[in-house]
Amino acid sequence: MSLLGTSLPGFPEAAPLAGLAGGVLIGLAAALMLLGAGRIAGVSGIAARAFSIGSGSMPRPAAWAFVIGLPLGALAVMNLSGAATPDFAGPVPLVIAGLIVGIGTRLGSGCTSGHGVCGMSRLSQRSLVATATFMATGFATVAAMNALGLEVLG
Amino acid sequence: MMRDLLVSLVSGTIFGAGLALGGMTDPARVRGFLDIFGNWDPTLAFVMGGAVIVMALAWAMQRRMLRPVFGEGFALPDRSDITLRLVGGSALFGIGWGIAGLCPGPGFAAIAIAPPSAAIFVAAMLAGMLLVRLREGKA
Repeated sequence: MSLLGTSLPGFPEAAPLAGLAGGVLIGLAAALMLLGAGRIAGVSGIAARAFSIGSGSMPRPAAWAFVIGLPLGALAVMNLSGAATPDFAGPVPLVIAGLIVGIGTRLGSGCTSGHGVCGMSRLSQRSLVATATFMATGFATVAAMNALGLEVLG
Repeated sequence: MMRDLLVSLVSGTIFGAGLALGGMTDPARVRGFLDIFGNWDPTLAFVMGGAVIVMALAWAMQRRMLRPVFGEGFALPDRSDITLRLVGGSALFGIGWGIAGLCPGPGFAAIAIAPPSAAIFVAAMLAGMLLVRLREGKA
């Protein structure tokens, strides 16, 4: 893991190689879903399918298998790396953020994975617009919260 | 059926490993990336870049395939219309992403890292999804 700890000049907190390696894994996972099963690895859509909120052609057991895999993979990495448990927001901001993310991803037909990874790499016009939009409001939200002095991470 | 399950489970597991390795399951890192006017942490640009490059290669392969390796056919989005719903929904999603530093994939993946926090986020997210569905009828 020492190589993965390589830093970036000027950005002491950045972990570019760990980020790149994580991104390649995410890309491989999405490629397996596309070339193996013929589907988009969009987490919000698959989650909606698993919980019978969204329609679609993906069999519900397969949607569940994907959703269950997410924490399994994360658990393996956390155990291998021995990284400390990160800080999460408290219950109130988590509920507010969760509700907004749920509403937004259904209306916007996707999230960081479906639009940001699968759609952008295909040069989908809708995904390019969606990704530019959620990045912009994400930047604005953090900037506004910092300006107001709102700390959410314990 | 079994192959569909296995492909999904393996894909989800690799996906979750990538999210954790890349720092997407660490809200401070995500919010650091979104803090572009402050103390910016560019790590997530590398995550996004790595994933997009691999997927661009996968799309190039997909265009030469008649059907997926383990499936009957491709089930892919084919819309290209830019709607208010797409832009407004994405704008909302970005706000929620910025507030807690979590998006859907890391929300589920974090169930293995911080179970109570991740469960609260995921439950609220599913409630939000259900609200859209209830409001729109059985769309």
